[in-house]
Amino acid sequence: MAKNRENPGLDRLLAWLTFFSLLAALYLALVYAPTEKTMGDVQRIFYFHVASAWIGMFAFLVVFVASIAYLASKDTKWDIYAYTSAEIGVIFTTVVLVTGPIWAYPIWHTWWSWDPRLTTTLIMWFLYLAYGKIRSSLGEEEKRARLAAVFGIISFVDVPIVFMSIRWWKTLHPAPVVGGSQGLALAGGMIPAFFVSLFAFTLLYLFFMRRSVRIERMRAEVRAIKENL
Amino acid sequence: MNFASKVQVLLWKEVKSELRTKEMLSAMLVFALLVAVSFGFALEIARDEVTKILPGVIWVTLTFAGILGLNRSFVAERQNDCIYGLMLCPVDRSAIYVAKTLMNLLLMAIVELIAIPMFFIMFNYPLPASLGMLILVLFLGTYSFMVIGTFLSALAASTRISEILLPILMIPMIVPVLICAVQVTGGIFSGDLSGISLYLKLLITFGAIYSGLPFILFDYLLEV
Repeated sequence: MAKNRENPGLDRLLAWLTFFSLLAALYLALVYAPTEKTMGDVQRIFYFHVASAWIGMFAFLVVFVASIAYLASKDTKWDIYAYTSAEIGVIFTTVVLVTGPIWAYPIWHTWWSWDPRLTTTLIMWFLYLAYGKIRSSLGEEEKRARLAAVFGIISFVDVPIVFMSIRWWKTLHPAPVVGGSQGLALAGGMIPAFFVSLFAFTLLYLFFMRRSVRIERMRAEVRAIKENL
Repeated sequence: MNFASKVQVLLWKEVKSELRTKEMLSAMLVFALLVAVSFGFALEIARDEVTKILPGVIWVTLTFAGILGLNRSFVAERQNDCIYGLMLCPVDRSAIYVAKTLMNLLLMAIVELIAIPMFFIMFNYPLPASLGMLILVLFLGTYSFMVIGTFLSALAASTRISEILLPILMIPMIVPVLICAVQVTGGIFSGDLSGISLYLKLLITFGAIYSGLPFILFDYLLEV
């Protein structure tokens, strides 16, 4: 039986740290950061939109790496990491797909546009829903882990395309503010808001990861006990 | 025996079993024509709108017909556990994949050969001037579609809900290919070939990516 490597002290610290950095991010994004000249207050959604997008893509990168590690080692640990990261990635990408249109309506006067960036993000979201569907359709643990890992690898092909799409094509979506052609294209007061949001969302991701990995481990333990009975 | 002759043997097995049952080809063909008829009725488009709509209609029809065929591709091997017979063949697993892909490409080629002219007839649309380009984009699109589709069909066939799962896996995976193919086809129909080179390049890129991945990963799909 797998022994849970629990570390409640670290979990509690992570929880409080996440809580306070989210509060700080809210303050910085909604109060501290200057109002954008042309877009007005609606631009403030950007801090959470971009942070969720990054974390969503990062989560899918973790799925990709964990899937390769699983196929190479056949260690269930990696399967659990891949699965929980995919779940969390879908949630963050959902946040991206919801906050995007909220910003787009007043700015573009349309909720949605079929431009490469938006389309590829939506496809990415569908791919990881499909990833979840593969898992729920298989009973045997080993087979589920193996097939999901295979799909976790091929679906990741899409993520770099999403990331690069605004750099390759001229799209309606705003140009990247970090690492774009102009370097860091943010006004002074916006920089702390952006990076603190990013930091807070990263902590949130880690917090979710630890929680769900523990739940998955408990599930595996319960299954093992059930089989023994 | 080298790889090519192994693939040849496996491909011949596919052709033979299809010739005996004719289940995939007939279903795909009838389905493609039915979708064409449905679009014809549902859209009731005027001549000048056809140029805009027909590329999308053609590719959506081919996608659905392809998925219909792919659904049977590996599931058929589950009957009488034929898949284990295949896996016991003294060949690389990738040979099985290549043979299946070639067979599916062959089936799609036959479907396209019959269905595409039917589209031009049913929508009363003249053949485009650059017919060679049309054949090229049909080949590139179908190729990308089938290399990844055959792979995903092997994946889906291992699950209990293969028929439901395959479209869910397939469609997001091939949407980029679909977009590029529709753009190029649209360019060919309108006679404006200037904007299509980017999309042609993308189609080739996707074809290359989608041919490489299954080779690395196919072994993992057919483990017992």
